[in-house]
Amino acid sequence: MLLVPCPNCGPRNSADLRYGGESHARPDPATATPQQWRGYLYLRDNPAGWLRENWYCRSGCRRWFALERNTATNEFRNPPAPGDKRGGKA
Amino acid sequence: MTMSRLGAQPTEVIDRTAKLRFRWNGKRFDGFEGDTIASALAAAGEHVFSRSMKYHRPRGILTADYWDPNLLVQVGDDPNVRAGHRLLEAGMDVRPQNVWPSLHRDIKAANGLFGRFLTAGFYYKTFMRPAWLWPTYERVLATFAPGGKIDLDTPHRYHDKRYMHPDVVVAGAGPAGIEAALAAAAAGARVLLVEHEHAVGGHLRYSSSDSARAALAELRAALDASDVEVLTNSTVTGRYEDNWLGIVQRNHPIAVERLIKARAKVLVAAPGLIERPYVFSGNDRPGVITSGAARRLINLWGVKPGERAVVFTANSDGDAAAADLDRVGVEIAAIIDGRDQKRVSSAEGSSRALQAVVAGGNRIEADLLVVAAGWTAPTSLLNMAGDRPVHDPAAARFFPSDPPGNVLATGGLAGDGRIDELRAHGAATGRLAAQRAAAVAHRLQALTARARPVEGNEPAWAPDERTPLGRDPHPELYRSDTHGMVDLSEDVGSKDLVAAAREGYDSVELAKRYTTATMGPSQGKLETVNTVAAIAEARGETIAQVGTTVWRPPYAPLTLGALAGRVFEPVRVSSIHPWHEANGVSTILAGQWIRPDHYGDPAAEVRNVRTNVGLIDVTPLGKLDLRGPDIPKLLNLLYTNKWSKLPVGKVRYGMMCAEDGVVLDDGVTGRLAEDHYLMTTTSSGAGSVWEWVENWLQTERPDWKVHVTPVTTAYVSINVAGPKARELVGRVTEGVDLSPEAFPYMEVRLATVAGVAGCFMWRIGFTGELSFEIHAPSGHGLHVWEALMDAGQDLGVGPFGLEGQRIMRLEKGHFIVGQDTDGLTLGPSTGLGPLIKLDKDDFAGKPELAWAADRSLPMIVAIQTDDPNVVPEEAAQIVRGNTNEILGRITSARMSPTLGRSICLGQVEPELAAGGTKVTVLLASGERISATVMDHHAHFDPAGERLRG
Repeated sequence: MLLVPCPNCGPRNSADLRYGGESHARPDPATATPQQWRGYLYLRDNPAGWLRENWYCRSGCRRWFALERNTATNEFRNPPAPGDKRGGKA
Repeated sequence: MTMSRLGAQPTEVIDRTAKLRFRWNGKRFDGFEGDTIASALAAAGEHVFSRSMKYHRPRGILTADYWDPNLLVQVGDDPNVRAGHRLLEAGMDVRPQNVWPSLHRDIKAANGLFGRFLTAGFYYKTFMRPAWLWPTYERVLATFAPGGKIDLDTPHRYHDKRYMHPDVVVAGAGPAGIEAALAAAAAGARVLLVEHEHAVGGHLRYSSSDSARAALAELRAALDASDVEVLTNSTVTGRYEDNWLGIVQRNHPIAVERLIKARAKVLVAAPGLIERPYVFSGNDRPGVITSGAARRLINLWGVKPGERAVVFTANSDGDAAAADLDRVGVEIAAIIDGRDQKRVSSAEGSSRALQAVVAGGNRIEADLLVVAAGWTAPTSLLNMAGDRPVHDPAAARFFPSDPPGNVLATGGLAGDGRIDELRAHGAATGRLAAQRAAAVAHRLQALTARARPVEGNEPAWAPDERTPLGRDPHPELYRSDTHGMVDLSEDVGSKDLVAAAREGYDSVELAKRYTTATMGPSQGKLETVNTVAAIAEARGETIAQVGTTVWRPPYAPLTLGALAGRVFEPVRVSSIHPWHEANGVSTILAGQWIRPDHYGDPAAEVRNVRTNVGLIDVTPLGKLDLRGPDIPKLLNLLYTNKWSKLPVGKVRYGMMCAEDGVVLDDGVTGRLAEDHYLMTTTSSGAGSVWEWVENWLQTERPDWKVHVTPVTTAYVSINVAGPKARELVGRVTEGVDLSPEAFPYMEVRLATVAGVAGCFMWRIGFTGELSFEIHAPSGHGLHVWEALMDAGQDLGVGPFGLEGQRIMRLEKGHFIVGQDTDGLTLGPSTGLGPLIKLDKDDFAGKPELAWAADRSLPMIVAIQTDDPNVVPEEAAQIVRGNTNEILGRITSARMSPTLGRSICLGQVEPELAAGGTKVTVLLASGERISATVMDHHAHFDPAGERLRG
């Protein structure tokens, strides 16, 4: 089981978190075309390598956070800055 | 072969003063404390322990350890016990498995005579046709299947789990593993050392040499003086991502088995080597044993393995076995040296005992054949870490290729050497493991610096500068010039593998599945390499060219009990639960909640609510306390309808859709004060809606001022429903005018109920009756419930459960998210299209719902069967006429006690959605019945007069 570094709680089993996946901006619902909206819903780059992605620490601090993971090696890097106490996706 | 107990051996692990009496095969036997079941029986002269799986050939000791394929026995109600490993206990009732009528006269051994017919795929080919005979075949074949007897009346026994976070886990406590653990601990690491056997020491335990005994004593003393935690009779069964390890502990003082889940920063794999049997004619005959078995029997348990032995040796361990045999008085008839191109061709004798060995054309009388033909490297933990070990033909075994940096191999897995060389390599591995563990710890801390600030720079990733162990040359010995058994667990011979290759199953993965080689209790530990070698030979290729199967978890089997273990999933009940239990409740498990389903007769509960008044405990209803000035904005974003103008004291129903427009949840939210709301969700959606709310507030609208507190369990929720609900609630409520004018439908009040201040009360209800839903502080829930029950005796008050509520909500046509909707049900399909306000700027799923508004969608409709007595199964299909074209399905169906007829909700294609449409429902029985789509969702009181009263 993957060990996910929660910036608030410390390293946690991935089962303690919800995987939020790749970061993607929500299109403006007023102007989004079906193609844009469905890209936001369903299409992911899914690279083999470094990926900025989101996690929700559902069994701990209940905060969303984003960091990078190498999908080929499962290494993590670039966690949120220590002073950044807000939740939030990338 | 006649085995017997020797005089005291300097290395023995038995206590000859502690005699243990037990039963084997119905007879009484004695053994000593420290004996395994097998060693005690061997010392008593027993030499047949089982019958083989397919041919029912008599089988004796082969390896005398955990992996011995011939030593599976039944102990009491415990099947498939490994007698080569399980320690003897007084009073054990040990029986053979897979024998009929008895171990010594097994009628099915006739299979052996017909062995040439029972080749690979025999069962597949023979019992394929005719298909209708299969149940008969199966019944007969099942009696031939191996394995012990499961006793269905076995009492529940205690299993347990443990979680650990060591820096370094060392799998295997041989000389290298112990040194690795000591060195890592000396460097400051927290170390767990896991040994599969009953004591540490590895091969030193059964070595009679002075140097081995001295080294073992020294290592044990050092271990005792160290901080290393040692687990014996325990196995690292699996390695998963980031060194998440499964460890089964078999010697826990209380638990039958304990599953340990350990998160190690570095794993050291030091499992040693497993001796590989040699394939030749008669190699499965009792009396043919491995060199390790001979040395274990002599040196650990003081058992003389035979009287006159032939030793086939290709390595120093075989030589040591010959020396041990000679020392304890076994006559050495011949030593056949595999390093000199000599081979053993055949082991001959009666069905139960070895009489002669044929080698180089000579027939040598003997009752014991000891074989040292080489080693299998149990690379399982490396395989699980992604490594693909490579075969070195010069050393005749596999070696690690390129495991990840947090998995290190040492000991026999890494190479060969004298004891001091193995120890030095282990110590170097331990130091490297500790250095890398420190680097891993630092890296983890740096990634989570907000939780615990990190000091200093990350230590450099220590390079692997260990002096590699050498590789002793070893002849490649897999099969002799005759054919024999490759997999003794599954009775697969080398001929079977050759035949499988000839039939086209010539890849190792295919041949394995076709012949079942490596799939028995030995799980490849003894037979994988010989299997690959047989296929390689058939293909005219090398082992490296053929490749091997990938070893997957578990390395050693563990019981289902250990996996189930202690369950940490919490169970939730409301504070009213003791009352339910005292009043004949039948419960239903809903997520983590144990809820009242009914109290004996749900239909009677429904009638009582419709005529008098009933109480239901709806505590699991999700409740979120919202505070802050931006709540209306949040509600407008989450719900499809509008929330900007909800006055204080009012509640409103809303439906939530996900960003793809699919119905996510529904419920009511009330405004308690200017900046204070209470949101309710479905019971099953309580957790996910909270996450959904946090998602929006944290990631999309972080500037909004809303604070969310889940209060689901802080309040007990009681719905009081029925025509007499107002009368009942009035008797226990203070400070609120309950009259319809002062407190109308869809409003909320703060009230004191049964003397409990701070209760929220709102007028809503799922049942369609006049209802007051009371949310009382949880600690007072039982009191409020009992007060209501007491106060309403003369009104006929009674409890109702989830089933009664489900019936009544179906009578009213209220859909349940997840029951009547599914993962494709878009908002408008619920019939609540008017609640989807597309003129709002934004809300979750708005674009999809806007596009959906122009399409005709499947609809949720009320359906009544034309025969009022037929209740279709939920999920019964709605089809077109006599075809199987699916046009919808029944999503909810019940017999309505109020209407005295069957009522349903269903989802249908748009063409069937109009009231009055006739539809065909295909029942599970295959019968088709006709039914009618109704004008309204509500089967009962469509105008809602009762509710608003």
